[in-house]
Amino acid sequence: MPAVKETVDQVKAIDVDQYKYGFETEVEVDKAPKGLNEDIVRLISAKKNEPAWMLEWRLDAFRRWLTMREPTWARVDYPEIDFQDIHYYAAPKKNAAPKTIDDVDPAILDTYKKLGIPLREQEILAGVQQSKVAVDAVFDSVSVATTFKEELKKAGVIFCSISEAMREHPELVQKYIGTVVPVTDNYYATLNSAVFTDGSFVYVPKGVRCPMELSTYFRINEKNTGQFERTLIIVEEGGYVSYLEGCTAPQRDENQLHAAVVELIALDDAEIKDSTVQNWYPGDKDGKGGIYNFVTKRGDCRGKNSKISWTQVETGSAITWKYPSCILRGEGSRGEFYSIAVSNGRQQVDSGTKMIHLGKNTTSRIISKGISAGHSQNTYRGLVSAHRRATGARNFTNCDSLLIGNKCGAHTVPYIESKNGSAIFEHEATTSKISEEQLFYCMQRGLSEEEATALIVNGFVKDVLQQLPMEFAVEAQKLISISLEGSVG
Amino acid sequence: MLEIRNLHVSIEDKKILNGLNLTVHDGEVAAIMGPNGSGKSTLSYVIAGKEDYEILDGEILLDGENVLEMEPDARAAAGIFLAFQYPLEIPGVATMTFLKAAMQAQRKARGEVELSTAEFMKRVRDGANQLGIPQDMLKRGLNVGFSGGEKKRMEILQMALLEPKFCILDETDSGLDIDALKVVSEGVNRLRGKDRSFLVITHYQRLLNYIVPDTVHVMAHGQVVKSGGKELALELEANGYADYKTLAA
Ligand SMILES: Nc1ncnc2c1ncn2[C@@H]1O[C@H](COP(=O)(O)OP(=O)(O)O)[C@@H](O)[C@H]1O
Ligand SMILES: [Mg+2]
Repeated sequence: MPAVKETVDQVKAIDVDQYKYGFETEVEVDKAPKGLNEDIVRLISAKKNEPAWMLEWRLDAFRRWLTMREPTWARVDYPEIDFQDIHYYAAPKKNAAPKTIDDVDPAILDTYKKLGIPLREQEILAGVQQSKVAVDAVFDSVSVATTFKEELKKAGVIFCSISEAMREHPELVQKYIGTVVPVTDNYYATLNSAVFTDGSFVYVPKGVRCPMELSTYFRINEKNTGQFERTLIIVEEGGYVSYLEGCTAPQRDENQLHAAVVELIALDDAEIKDSTVQNWYPGDKDGKGGIYNFVTKRGDCRGKNSKISWTQVETGSAITWKYPSCILRGEGSRGEFYSIAVSNGRQQVDSGTKMIHLGKNTTSRIISKGISAGHSQNTYRGLVSAHRRATGARNFTNCDSLLIGNKCGAHTVPYIESKNGSAIFEHEATTSKISEEQLFYCMQRGLSEEEATALIVNGFVKDVLQQLPMEFAVEAQKLISISLEGSVG
Repeated sequence: MLEIRNLHVSIEDKKILNGLNLTVHDGEVAAIMGPNGSGKSTLSYVIAGKEDYEILDGEILLDGENVLEMEPDARAAAGIFLAFQYPLEIPGVATMTFLKAAMQAQRKARGEVELSTAEFMKRVRDGANQLGIPQDMLKRGLNVGFSGGEKKRMEILQMALLEPKFCILDETDSGLDIDALKVVSEGVNRLRGKDRSFLVITHYQRLLNYIVPDTVHVMAHGQVVKSGGKELALELEANGYADYKTLAA
């Protein structure tokens, strides 16, 4: 078990309360004043040199947002957010629009290097990584670099920041943005529509299998700044892409807001695999600080026999509110949701998925593994629905919770709505505890307490980890063990 | 090999072991017999280092060294092995993976080099064959969905692979049919040797027909109340535990 050994070594190397990615980068920033109003929305749009229709779209969202209320149905508890006390735009000043990687502020390149994400292509190629991964690096409100763009272009794949896409491919953006997550979808999505600053854009043309993994690495650095990113992925007929996002933030006493929107569109026979390894700063052991992660992710299986698969590994954030979903519109389309949500300390997680069966013979599969430790609360909330025309719809849901210690909570809230008599929905759920007995048994065989915990947890999440691209599975496994450090005994 | 002196143990304010004394010599197979609730499993857990027990007095020496201060994994590395009365299930962790993790952890703790994968696989396969454990069982989650008999065989396989010097078998015969009992007993007998000692805990004399002990100790109310040779087991079989229940009461 080399992975277990590595995990344990890594766990030992850090303190219980030591979030490894908690450092801060000193860069000069160009920041919007605190507060939210139409001028701020205009400022963001101007900073991005956006077309006029985009500004109108944002303003419309902003006006609607003013009439909306923050949702309260999730099982999370936090003081009211003062939306006027946040900066909605922050960008590194030096070389605001880097043309090549050499124009990027070395302090920022260093940051990504420290995070284990080299941005220089020659460094990536020289690295140990076997397969190539293209990276879009988003630092606070802007994308600072995107690697392997040229190589992807040869294959016909567009991979760039959404700001760039708005300038270079406005027709694509205008055609698809807001078609999966409508402007008025929910409070945070509407806010995002008004003030989103950057994110990634992917377009895979007809019949193309994207030649490498694509990934975006989100980093919040600036204080009192919200990150509102927007990702849009479109895969045309018969195309395929695997996309991964990772996220970290400095360790700070105050809470920071991250409200993202991700839209995926798969046309006939297209496939999108979206994986996330979310490791925002979770706050300290007493619940001070940490990121509020309020995210709307949705995929639209628009074409027949299309497939969208979400794999989520969540270990960070003070609060997670996130339900990556699939609209199964195309006949024979398939949605998948694989999730590991780890909570420790005072973290609160309310997450899950929605599988909305609209088309005939659509299928979906949900595998959710929640691990709660410390004083955390971890809720799975999932909806599976069948429209009256969704003849032959099928869903299988398996929802397992693992408790470590006895001060944490795990909750499962499944909603099932079927308007078609032929739909078959199956639901399985279990809750278990890592028992003292199991730990003692493993230790009696010679494993240390950390090794025993890592082994048991790895066994619990195995089915989901297998869904991640190889390069990230080992990383994710380590992350999970580190997040649970200090939770036993 | 093992020496227990004046051991007093309680759990949740309930006194369970009351000044227990026991010596097991190198290469000796000692049987402990006693009625249900007399403290046999408690004794095995305390030797192996399970938490929650309060050691009020006494000591447990393994080759002269007091093990009471050691963590369970350190005791395992020092050569103590407990075949559980009720082996635990570890879902999602393939038996093979578990065996490897345990073997390498103990080797590391003892400062020995890791086994090569080929050597490890060979040992596991041979050991499994000898105990009639099918190879595909090694791919399944440890003990998950195993029958009672399969779990007990798996305990003996682990014992064989880990090569401990002091082996405790807690009611290994319970839940075994006669064929399984033979296979398991043969497995244990193969491991007997001058440097390895056994503490065989059982309720019934039956097991001792297959694993013939050198000494037999009768336990009642948390004490060893009588010790003798293997004929003592037969005597108990004939007369039952009734005498001892009143004796210590
Ligand atoms: N965790 C515990 N809490 C309270 N009492 C216990 C606990 N474990 C064992 N006991 C009690 O200790 C006594 C001895 O149990 P045990 O060692 O399992 O006996 P045996 O193995 O000889 O049947 C019994 O009366 C049992 O109920
Ligand atoms: Mg017992």
